[in-house]
Amino acid sequence: MSRLLSQEEYRKTKAYKIKKWYRGDKDPYVGAMELKPQKPFKEDITAQRKRIHDDALLKKKIYDTEHNRKLQLFSKFYEVVSVLFVVVLMAILLYVVSYLPPTGNPANPDNNEVSAKYIEDAMKDTGAVNIVTGMILDYRAFDTLGESNVLFIATCTVFILLRADKHSKKLKEEESDRLYEPKNDIILQKAAFFLVPMIIIFGIYVILNGHLSPGGGFSGGAIIGSGLILYVNAYGFKKIERFFTQKTYKTICFVALLFYCLAKTYSFYCGAHHLETGIPLGTPGDIVSSGLILPLNICVGMVVACTMYAFYAMFRKGGF
Amino acid sequence: MDFIQNVPFFSILLSLGSGVLTSIMNRRIARLWNTFILTVISIMSAVFFVYMIGRGESYVFMMGHFPAPWGNEIRAGVLEAGMALFFCIVMFLCIKGGQEHIDKEIEEPKANLYYIMLNLLLSSLLALIYTNDLFTAYVFVEINTISACGLIMITNEGRTIEAATRYMIMSSLGSGLLLLGLCILYDITGHLLMSNMKNSLAAVYAQGAYNTPIIASIGMVCVGLAIKSALYPFHTWLPDAYGYSTVSSAAILSSLVSKGYIFLLIKIFYRVVGFDIVVDSKVINILFVFGLLGMIMGSVNAIQEKDIRRMVAFSSVAQIGYIYMGFGLGTSAGIVASIFHILSHASTKSLLFIAGVGLTDASNDSKKFVDLTGSGYRNMVAGIAFSLGACSMVGIPLFSGFISKMLFAQAAVSNSLTKMLPTLICLAISTVLNAIYFMKTVILIYTPIQKVPSKEGEPEPKKVESRNHPVYNVVLLCMIILNMILGCCSQPIVTWIETGLEMFQ
Repeated sequence: MSRLLSQEEYRKTKAYKIKKWYRGDKDPYVGAMELKPQKPFKEDITAQRKRIHDDALLKKKIYDTEHNRKLQLFSKFYEVVSVLFVVVLMAILLYVVSYLPPTGNPANPDNNEVSAKYIEDAMKDTGAVNIVTGMILDYRAFDTLGESNVLFIATCTVFILLRADKHSKKLKEEESDRLYEPKNDIILQKAAFFLVPMIIIFGIYVILNGHLSPGGGFSGGAIIGSGLILYVNAYGFKKIERFFTQKTYKTICFVALLFYCLAKTYSFYCGAHHLETGIPLGTPGDIVSSGLILPLNICVGMVVACTMYAFYAMFRKGGF
Repeated sequence: MDFIQNVPFFSILLSLGSGVLTSIMNRRIARLWNTFILTVISIMSAVFFVYMIGRGESYVFMMGHFPAPWGNEIRAGVLEAGMALFFCIVMFLCIKGGQEHIDKEIEEPKANLYYIMLNLLLSSLLALIYTNDLFTAYVFVEINTISACGLIMITNEGRTIEAATRYMIMSSLGSGLLLLGLCILYDITGHLLMSNMKNSLAAVYAQGAYNTPIIASIGMVCVGLAIKSALYPFHTWLPDAYGYSTVSSAAILSSLVSKGYIFLLIKIFYRVVGFDIVVDSKVINILFVFGLLGMIMGSVNAIQEKDIRRMVAFSSVAQIGYIYMGFGLGTSAGIVASIFHILSHASTKSLLFIAGVGLTDASNDSKKFVDLTGSGYRNMVAGIAFSLGACSMVGIPLFSGFISKMLFAQAAVSNSLTKMLPTLICLAISTVLNAIYFMKTVILIYTPIQKVPSKEGEPEPKKVESRNHPVYNVVLLCMIILNMILGCCSQPIVTWIETGLEMFQ
């Protein structure tokens, strides 16, 4: 039984909209999205003068190019010497590589008792099915503790470098952080609407299964971080700040790293004094197993995710 | 196991954890906390040093539940314990000496970041000293590099950012070479733990199958660490980094960061490759030549400099040259002299930086020599301290610089003629050059200012009342005393270094 729609009702249906879009009558972007055509780059005359003046001042005052013989000589030979340097370094390295033991040879020196024990005993010792996770978070956990602190200190350094000061003109740009990009891009938003939850859930899966299957804190954290970056690209800082601000970042990093430090201090202390930690290893293969590895993986994952997002936010608007 | 043997582990983890804790503190609490941590670690290290002297042998400490070749390990001997104590003390003095400048030059929201950098830098230095595992060493070299970068650019000016960029590029090259060298060593030996690596390297070297990669990796590790510690041809990042950063950063960078890498290199020589193989590989001859070049060229550059901070920075290049020259001699006497020079240079250079900033404070914050005229009268304490530091650098008896030069000369005399002559000649030339630029500065700061009509708009340089800066004066006094102890009671220190090196075997 077919039903004839009135013209008005027909105009409200999806089919009519698609038809209109197909005919080229309606552009779904118009009205729904803030379009700001990019202006050709134009510098006003005073800014241009100032830039040229600054350049000249830099060359004259700081580097003193006219009188600095060393710099003149240097700039002449710089390109030749740098190419030469790289070529020589490459030649040396290739020459050295030709002397190294061939890959995959069972008689290689690195096929020794160290890797044998890792392969044979890792599951029994650490409770992790994934040997790599067992190695980085249990056998050689001190290195990984250092490594997560490398990430932490790297974000701190980027903070020092890019943090917008109260008085700088960067603050103005920060307020309209999308000065150079269109707002509310429908395609991006619709895609992000489906993708972001899946990316984040997949990241959580990779982290939680770090001791069971390939993956772990570092890779899972990177996945979650990219999900957050996609979200902020689609919806903007206003929306993400409802659940992720600088304070959240600080808290997460602080709690995760502190827990890592304390847990590992306890475990190192017990290990060095040959004491039992009292942390059960569980059945290998279960999701809750392998002692400290699971919580440490979660910590590393959170730190990595926050670091990725923080880098992006710092480079985009100097703070978040 | 005695409880006190936990000290290396506690001090590394404590400073690492306090870096994280500092991230939620404000400026005042972060400063207090940093002071507290440094004091605690210094006291612990002092007690530990006394204990280790009494114990007389080294021990290893398992980091985790798994023994040697599988898990991580740290190792402590007399030399490590003493170095840790010395580094903590020098760091404490550097921070306290430049405290007023830290408070003044660093903006409020960044203040606690500075203390994070300091705490993590301390933990990485301690880890580099104590580690018995090459990969752990690499991880903490990374922390050291990044935090040093942060220390340079914390005062956000054009020149500090430029200096930090330069430092980052050069340091990354150094880290890369170090990592490549470690990879090759791992490929040949299959171990990352220093002791196991040494055993299998000795076997492999005797076999002779992999000698090219071994020599190449020694070369890469040496060059990588030499870039990071600013040996002469790789020193270009140094003058800007030391010259424009805030004074505590400059003092810490020159007296501790570069020394941490050098100490790691000594560890690699003795504990990984074996000193005989290093001598046999002739890589040290290259270090010897670069060291000699650095001794001369650093001083020449320093003479040409018109800025007091950059002059002191270039003098660092010369002093690093001394240390590498000591390696190049290829005897353990040379290494002992180098280690003594590490101590001597760390105590003297930090003194010069801290005293130098007192002089610039009394000259309208200008670092130019022209404006520094007569500043020794305007800031009495800083003037005296700078002169004493200069005496030590030149090598006047009673101060530490004299002893290290004497040790170098002694080590050279017992060497073959081809190495003795260049060493002694360069030592003499470098001492004269040192004397030229340091005496020039000392004479300048004690030249009474002439009553020329000052330029328009330029205020008359103000006199600094020493009474108002008690902490600064005490720090300078401590640094001078440290220097004199190194200079006057050198014999026990040399004996300590020798026993420490024996424990390295």
